[in-house]
Amino acid sequence: MGKYIVKRIFLMLFTLLVITLICFVLVRMLPPAELPLNDPHTKIIELRREAAGYNKPYLVQFWIFLKNVVTKFDWGVSDKLYFGQDVAAIFLTKLPATVIVNLYSIILSIPIGIALGVWAALKKNTWIDYTISTLTMIVISVPSFVYAFIIQYVLSFKLGWFPFLMKAGTDWLSWGMFVSMLPAVLSLSFTVIAGFTRTTRAELTEVLTSEFMLLARTKGLTRAQATVRHALKNCAVVVVPAIFGEFIGIMAGSLVIEKIFAIPGVGNLYLNAINGRDYNIFMLDSCFYTAIGLAAGIVVDISYGFIDPRIRMGSKK
Amino acid sequence: MTDNKNNAYQHIDKSRFVFTQMDTALHDTKLETKSRSYLADAWLRFRKNKSSVVAAFIIAFLLIFALVSPIISPYTINDKDRFYQSYAPYVEAIAEKHIGIFDGATTRSSQNEKSMTFWRGIAEETGRDPVLRILNTVTTQTTHRGKTRDVYSYTIETNQYYEKGMIYSVFSYAEFEKIQAWQDETGIQVIYPYVEPKDIAGITDNPNLWYKVDSSGAAKLDADGNFVPVYSTNQALAGAEYHSLRIPGDDGSYVYSTAKSGAVQCRVNYYNYYTYVNGHEPFYLFGTNSMGQDLFMAIGIGARFSIIFAVLVSAINLFIGAIYGSIEGYYGGAIDLTMERISDILGGIPFVVATTLFQLHLAQKVGVVPSFLFAFVLTGWLGMAALTRRQFYRFKGQEFILAARTLGASDARLMFKHIFPNSIGTIITSVALVIPSVISSETQLTYLGIINLSDFAGTSIGTLMSQGQVAMTSAPHAIFFPSLFISLLLISFNLFGNGLRDAFNPTTRGEDD
Repeated sequence: MGKYIVKRIFLMLFTLLVITLICFVLVRMLPPAELPLNDPHTKIIELRREAAGYNKPYLVQFWIFLKNVVTKFDWGVSDKLYFGQDVAAIFLTKLPATVIVNLYSIILSIPIGIALGVWAALKKNTWIDYTISTLTMIVISVPSFVYAFIIQYVLSFKLGWFPFLMKAGTDWLSWGMFVSMLPAVLSLSFTVIAGFTRTTRAELTEVLTSEFMLLARTKGLTRAQATVRHALKNCAVVVVPAIFGEFIGIMAGSLVIEKIFAIPGVGNLYLNAINGRDYNIFMLDSCFYTAIGLAAGIVVDISYGFIDPRIRMGSKK
Repeated sequence: MTDNKNNAYQHIDKSRFVFTQMDTALHDTKLETKSRSYLADAWLRFRKNKSSVVAAFIIAFLLIFALVSPIISPYTINDKDRFYQSYAPYVEAIAEKHIGIFDGATTRSSQNEKSMTFWRGIAEETGRDPVLRILNTVTTQTTHRGKTRDVYSYTIETNQYYEKGMIYSVFSYAEFEKIQAWQDETGIQVIYPYVEPKDIAGITDNPNLWYKVDSSGAAKLDADGNFVPVYSTNQALAGAEYHSLRIPGDDGSYVYSTAKSGAVQCRVNYYNYYTYVNGHEPFYLFGTNSMGQDLFMAIGIGARFSIIFAVLVSAINLFIGAIYGSIEGYYGGAIDLTMERISDILGGIPFVVATTLFQLHLAQKVGVVPSFLFAFVLTGWLGMAALTRRQFYRFKGQEFILAARTLGASDARLMFKHIFPNSIGTIITSVALVIPSVISSETQLTYLGIINLSDFAGTSIGTLMSQGQVAMTSAPHAIFFPSLFISLLLISFNLFGNGLRDAFNPTTRGEDD
């Protein structure tokens, strides 16, 4: 198992490196942002660009970039949006908003999703199952911004329960902030709930029809006992890794939801960086998204192995 | 295949082979029933799935809508009205019936007596009453200089198209003549008598005042509660000769225009002027968006692009993915490992990053749409390749492949004649599910503004939604209709795809991944 994890992490780092290199070269091929003439930062940024090797071959530039990132976590300075400021510092101030909103959404939606999934599976082929499955299907199909509009219009505008946009400020854990985040949290939750309902239902229906369930009933367990002790445990093999994956994914957040509710998170920063052509921020955000995506995949795979000894791919190979 | 054992048989003399059963009678009876092909079987199963059939009809309806709506709408994507922006659905024929739909209604709260009089002024002059109904009246009592009186505050619904009333407009002399000719021909009054600012307390920015007002713009009514018209009779002001329709109560002395540096300025009834310019009255089945475009037509235009684009992307991805996956799955081993590594790396690139990079680099060289297409293709085929690869691993060890190989089939023949047709069901199904996901991503990216398709396709559903969001509280229809369309499209495509999958692979019925 240990060997497998090391191998997976090594492969992930390799993939990340290749993607970063491609991104890096493509970004550096673009002409760098023009600097205003009479700004005290201009001189500094020019010097920093010189130090970053802007006139050297791309591979040399990449090496300098990599060295700075690994040793000093230095991603360069913003030359457009936040003129002269350190990109990594800006990024870190944006992270809490994204993480907190998505964390609330996951805490809200995972129990609901699993509960609905279990209910549908236990009532398989009844109207309850059909209703839940059809709703899941519909909810998954509709893009999250449609929910965002419905929530914004009905809950924030018509009923006036919530503010329209997220509150400004950095008091992340205060009550007022929580309330102002709720519309965004709800909009994100629909899709997550539906996803978990679907996974749980599919897995549990399969487990419930397997032979060991029959054996459990034959040896005298009641249906409830058999379900809780045997079916749910086996069902967890699929559901728990999905939860882990979802937790890693929360940092990436959702561009659309962040834009609609004006959440000052990484997604919004990314959009601003694209529109404002601020390449250093773009580079950092791109690497961040890539890393999150890869990490989520790896965590899911490894947790499979931890939960179910039968699926230890590394040991088989 | 090319080891020694196989080669050893190649040197046997052909004459030594004889058929063993050439003359013996076979006692196998022919099948009595008609044989049913794979596709026919799938079709039978598909028809039994009610929700998918309904979904298929909805898809058909939406496709027809996308095809037909820009044709039957009297507007094109370039018709952007200056004033009718973010206005609610309005159809003259239905609005006349006063049944509360298609009447361009918007809700206005806290309207006092002054604003109610203002609406009445518009109604009296244009003949179209903007106030549709009074929803709520709040009475408050105020005491002013020892006298208590009731103050009313109304919540009303108004017709936005009628609300516009008059506008000031500048015409060339030729245009002025043309409008007069049109007036004579149709009997619709476009140009209304001019009102001098000095007669309406010096107010110059409100063309809807034609009666005596105080300096705040509130009407000064006469003893009977009627308006006191203050139309200009100062012939010296007249910008050009007017010989067309005159409003009731005009004894021929009213002035209809005023000189304005080589042109004339008039008070124009915008609703009628609109009819003059467009050749028909406003006709907005879904209302207008914040650009003043007809939503009914714009949704069709956006959807056309989305659907064609999604089908194109799916086809390209299917093609690349099927070939890539076939090679991976068929050869296995080192080739598979290397190719898997490449897909791993590509699969790690977040889609939005790829789109942005393509947009930054390629958009200027090859255009927005091709670079967008590349971004979709770059990572889009991975799923299809993985699927094909799995199918190949499933089938390549089976006996019929061994049989075909024994009969001398080449690799390419084995791959595309023997193995691939067996996985076609799975692949078709996944294409049906890829289409909605492409549409969804495309809508999100255009909504975010990362991609702007307006120059190429005119508009897109995502763009319409982001335009609708600007005025969401006052004009919810502008976001409602695109949202409804995209949701219906995605839901029905997904239901349809699921139905297809169940029909093609009865064994995986009910599983959702």
